Amino acid sequence: MIVFAILALFLVASALFTVTAKKPVYSVVGLLVNFIALAATYLTLQAEFLAVIQIVVYSGAILILFVFVIALLSSGTRAFSLGPDRMPRVAIPGILFAALACGAIAVTATRTSLAVQPTAGATGDANVFGSVANFGAALFTTNLLPFEVTAFILMVAVIGVVLIAGDEGPAGVPRRKKRRSGPREPIVKPEPLVR
Amino acid sequence: MSVAPENYVALSAVLFFIGVVGVIVRRNPLIMLMSIELLFNSANLALVAFARAWVNNAGHIFAFLVITVAAAEAAIALAIVAVTFRRTPHVDVDEVAALKG
Repeated sequence: MIVFAILALFLVASALFTVTAKKPVYSVVGLLVNFIALAATYLTLQAEFLAVIQIVVYSGAILILFVFVIALLSSGTRAFSLGPDRMPRVAIPGILFAALACGAIAVTATRTSLAVQPTAGATGDANVFGSVANFGAALFTTNLLPFEVTAFILMVAVIGVVLIAGDEGPAGVPRRKKRRSGPREPIVKPEPLVR
Repeated sequence: MSVAPENYVALSAVLFFIGVVGVIVRRNPLIMLMSIELLFNSANLALVAFARAWVNNAGHIFAFLVITVAAAEAAIALAIVAVTFRRTPHVDVDEVAALKG
């Protein structure tokens, strides 16, 4: 319980820092702390493989991607300010969602059906639960089709990124033809062929 | 000594709330994307907590798929952001008005 409290403190604090930081780089640092704390939380939940994946994919790949894009877009960023014109459209959904979240927490805390005993409705062995072998066996036998769909999604994502951002060649030369700056020539209908 | 799953679900709800506030309030697209990552992570936390409560692997599998989709989403969204804001002086989603009627 003490470990959970410390991790929850880290998670909430780093999430708040991520959201309220002035510069995106600070947000990345907050997000890094958040991801590592979440990986530790996964470990307390016996999800070993997910903890490793969390570190590798999120802290390793996605955050590096964010840092690269921030370095790419080093143009001036506005300081974080919550203007008066933005307050109403923020406050109403915020209050609504806070009420919803509080209701959900209350329902979750009071309903005993959520606090199942580990044996009730258990489909796996509690001793091997969450191990990498158990996860891999489930991923490659029962859930093979979702796994392959995942591979397809990643391939589509790679192609999409190349199509979206790969507009310029390796030497900074635009691959597409430059549009002429002058006015376009009027479209002339071809003369009908005279025999 | 184990922690009841309600605590994890409550923590997940709090993180989700923070992420939603970030998406709504912030106008910097990069920080909005990071808030979306927070949302993904809170959903994953709930999935893993319920997987632990029921001693069922399906939650782990689903969280794994969510992580994959989050990676794809981050890559594509960051490419769009990089292309969109390459020449603007301020990185602000309010300035994306090219399709405004």
